[in-house]
Amino acid sequence: METPRPTPSLHELFTGFFMVGLQGFGGVLPIARRMMVEDRQWLDDKQFTEVLGLGQLLPGPNIVNVSIVVGKRFHGLTGALTASFALLSAPLVILLILATLYGRYGQLAVVRHMLTGVSAVAPGLVLAMGARLGARLDRRVWTGLLVLGTFLAIAIWRLPLLHVLAVCIPVGVGLGYLNVRRSDKP
Amino acid sequence: MNVSLTRIFLLHCMFSLMAVGGANVLLPELHRHVVDMNGWMSSNEFASLYAIAQAAPGPNVLIVSLIGWKLRGIPGALVATIGMCGPSSILTYGISLLWDRFKTSPWRRAIEQGLAPITIGLVLGSGTLLARAADLSWVSYGVTAVAAIVAYRSRFNPLWLLAAGAALGLTGLLG
Repeated sequence: METPRPTPSLHELFTGFFMVGLQGFGGVLPIARRMMVEDRQWLDDKQFTEVLGLGQLLPGPNIVNVSIVVGKRFHGLTGALTASFALLSAPLVILLILATLYGRYGQLAVVRHMLTGVSAVAPGLVLAMGARLGARLDRRVWTGLLVLGTFLAIAIWRLPLLHVLAVCIPVGVGLGYLNVRRSDKP
Repeated sequence: MNVSLTRIFLLHCMFSLMAVGGANVLLPELHRHVVDMNGWMSSNEFASLYAIAQAAPGPNVLIVSLIGWKLRGIPGALVATIGMCGPSSILTYGISLLWDRFKTSPWRRAIEQGLAPITIGLVLGSGTLLARAADLSWVSYGVTAVAAIVAYRSRFNPLWLLAAGAALGLTGLLG
């Protein structure tokens, strides 16, 4: 039996995503999960996982896609627009303030040194995210080869993303289909 | 620099639909366009803008706002952000109307299984390219490696790692 869940008003949708946007450093999804599943209980864990799955599957920024799906579920088009605007507006303003400061003071040695340090750490965070996703991957020969092939094409051979996707997506989905068919057989 | 707002917008609309698995997979493509092909900024500056985007709160996708800002100031930032989020959001809105109907379809699972490895390869590629874009010393590569391991193994708020990086940078050891 499903427990009845509160339907957030437009105002609550706005404040929820607004706070998520302000808090997420180097990755917003865990905070979005906490807000929607634990704190405000708009969705249960399973519903959140489904929404996230869709948001990650489709192109575009995952968290923006999540805000669109969640906003739409509760308040249709208005909800989708409200949630995504709430998510992006505050961080965008902060970022533009930082950018303006960078434009003015970016040449100072102190600023340059700090940014050098941050830009040494930032790629590490991206690599860790890739490793986390990798740890959850269904381990098979074909998935491993697909990870490797995509990585080489993008990072080493530096091929255009569109070309890489044009080859990798049909191959990946085709192999995924064979895999689903095989595992569905008794 | 004379890049029209229309061009910034259309470029990001294209990026929006190519970001399979999220904004982080786009970094090599962004770098290819703004640094390698058009020379709108240096590789090092690209890495700095990414560092600022990481150090600020909010989704990582906002790196495109900084690129737009660099090209055409605040209007550029707005146009890039809307371009980057618009097409994918419209697609998501449309698909979410139909998605539940395909819950049991084998194609749905095939797509999920087939895209996951691609996203991982792209994200790892982004991290590698970003480390190289910063074009730093071996010490910095060491810092990148340590940050990757710590971020993977622990549940620290990434902000602490970025702050530690900034502090380490202040010592001047990273060049």
